[in-house]
This record gives sequence, C-alpha cells and structure tokens, in this order.
Amino acid sequence: MTTSGSRTLTMALMDAPYETGTTTTVLRIVDAALRKGINVNVFAYEGAVSLTLKGQAAHPNPVKGTNAEDQDHPSSAKFISALFEKGQEAPKLDWVNCGLCVDERAAGDWIDGPRRGGPGDLLKWSNESTNTLVIGAH
Amino acid sequence: MPGILSIVERAYHGTIEEQDDTILWISHMFKNAGADLSVLLRSNAVNYAVKGQDASGLSFGDVKLSVPPKIDDDVEALASSGAKVYVVEEDLKDRGIGNDELVSGISLVKRSALAGLFDQHDAVWQW
Amino acid sequence: MANYLLVESRDPFEYGDSSYFYQVAQDLAGAGNSVTFCLVQNGVIPARKGVKDSPVEKLIKDAPSVKVLADDFSLRERAISADKLVAGVSQASVDDLVDMLVTSGTKAIWH
Repeated sequence: MTTSGSRTLTMALMDAPYETGTTTTVLRIVDAALRKGINVNVFAYEGAVSLTLKGQAAHPNPVKGTNAEDQDHPSSAKFISALFEKGQEAPKLDWVNCGLCVDERAAGDWIDGPRRGGPGDLLKWSNESTNTLVIGAH
Repeated sequence: MPGILSIVERAYHGTIEEQDDTILWISHMFKNAGADLSVLLRSNAVNYAVKGQDASGLSFGDVKLSVPPKIDDDVEALASSGAKVYVVEEDLKDRGIGNDELVSGISLVKRSALAGLFDQHDAVWQW
Repeated sequence: MANYLLVESRDPFEYGDSSYFYQVAQDLAGAGNSVTFCLVQNGVIPARKGVKDSPVEKLIKDAPSVKVLADDFSLRERAISADKLVAGVSQASVDDLVDMLVTSGTKAIWH
C-alpha cells in the first residue's frame, strides 16, 4: 500500500446498478484509491442509491444452466460491502445516499456502511477534498 | 473566481419526479447552501431556458400530477438567486430557438468560449 | 494555466454530442492549459485504428499537446490490443487515473 497522507477523493454518481459501465468504473476507482491509502467519499444521487440495497439476491442463470451457487455472482451491494471492509478507518470510505432519492424509491434498506444525507454533504466534502469528480448519468 | 460551474446537458427526464430536473434542483440546493456557483445549460438542456414550457395535464388512471414541473421558472429563479446562468448560443441556434424566447437573467456563451468559462471556475461539475 | 483531466466515457456512435468534449480539450490546450484526455468505457471505441472520422486521431493531430490515454480494462474488455490503437494513444491503468485525480490542483471533468 502506498501511504498518501490525508488525500481524499470525492465522487458523485447517479447511475442505477448495471445500466452503464460507469458503476464498474467507479468501483474500480474506489478500490484503487483505497489500496493507495486515499480516503474516498461517495455521494450516491438518484438511481445510484440502489447500489447499496441490502436485499439484492443472487439468481440462477437459465442461459448457462447454472444455479445461483454455481454462478456465485456478487451484487453491487456485496462489492461495496467489500470496499467498506477495506475503508474502515485509514483510509476511510464514507458513502452518503441522497435521502430524498431514497424516499421516493423506497430504497432505504441498505447494507452496513452508507448513511443518509443530502447535497450539503457533497458540497462540504468538495470543500475538504483533494479533488471532486462528478459523474452524471448518460 | 467563482467556485463551481455546474453543467446541465440532459433534459426532460424527470417530469414525474418531485425535483423536476434533478441537476437544476441540486444546483439550486448548492446555491442556497452558500456555494459560489454558476450554471451552464448546454446540449438539449438549453431548452430549459425557453419561456412558456408547460408540462401540466398528466394523469395516470385517477392519479393526477397536480404540481407539474415549471422548468423555465426554475431557471429564472436560479438566475434571480445570484447564480450566473449561461446558455450555449450555438446549441440554441441548432435547435431553432431564438434569443427572444428565453427567460430573463440568462447569459449567452459561445462554444468557443467554453474553455475560458471552465478556466474561470475552480471546479467543473458536468452532470 | 491549469491542469485538466478530462475523462471521456462516451463514443461518437452512440452519442452525437461527444464531439463537444473533444473540442473543449482542444480549446483548453490551445489556451495553454495542460490537458490529459482519458478514454474510458465505450469512450475507448474510437481509439481503435480504422474508425471512420476518428475524433481521437483528429484530436491528436489538431492538439498535439493533449496527452491521450485509454483505460486498459476498457480496452481489454473490447479486445482492443495495443497494436490496434491509434498512434499517440497510451494505455493507462485505474491506478494511473487515481494518481491523476488526487494530484492537487487538477480540474477533473467527466463526460
């Protein structure tokens, strides 16, 4: 691990799980940043609040003829749980789900780690971070 | 130097969502929270600056959207709040929109001036 | 003059509007800024040799000071090997991208 002082990267994203390649890229960036000892803040806006839903379930794949166990396919929430494992303290992963976006989607049952917040959190983070990358929806 | 340039380019995707246009809305939230913020409308979002938008009349079954979006009012309110609101001139022209159709408080910017606009802000948030 | 990191995730086949971001890169560089243009996701598709009206080739020709990178995973996922890349495009890893993002003073913009 590279030690990097107190550098912090903030990201905002909007994409619901599995709709575009953006989710994958964001997870790669978060993973790489944590490996390098860089703190990461994520502001999940709009459909991105569904990334951390606890109830996401593995399923069989009828095309491949495999059951859920054979597939062993992690959900977005499981991937993000693993990132929280790596980002417990130093470096730290902080993740805010937009509360209003959560309410209008009934998307409030999350894995451990994310917390409820709003645009003020993103603004505050942006003032405190080394850099902020905003990723809009396509 | 203004702090944040918030770029809106997608348009008309939130008609039934409470925030109407989510990026205009969050930009307004940042402004209300004290951010030094400008907004750039480009691509199809230049249509957000046109007067007379009307999304009323939606109902599905017996459920009516009683508070429809009024995006032109939102843009005008944002400009009135002290946020500079820019619209890309060529993006208007490409869409057949005349300058006399725009709400008040808007500043036109040419595509060739966008790099300079980016340079004038500490951060560029392209949603 | 500033240090810009432009991340292009869109391609000209799906998005008619992607030329805007290439033009911004060229204009920022023309104004004397340091510009890195990093292609990710389907943004790497026009980095393949033989693409019709390639905006990547045009950017490299018209704005040679712009450093053009392509995300290695996005390339590999689309079977675009190094020998199929337009001359002037370099591969970058996600670690490289993170290093650029946390370089103080960098203005990072995603499209």
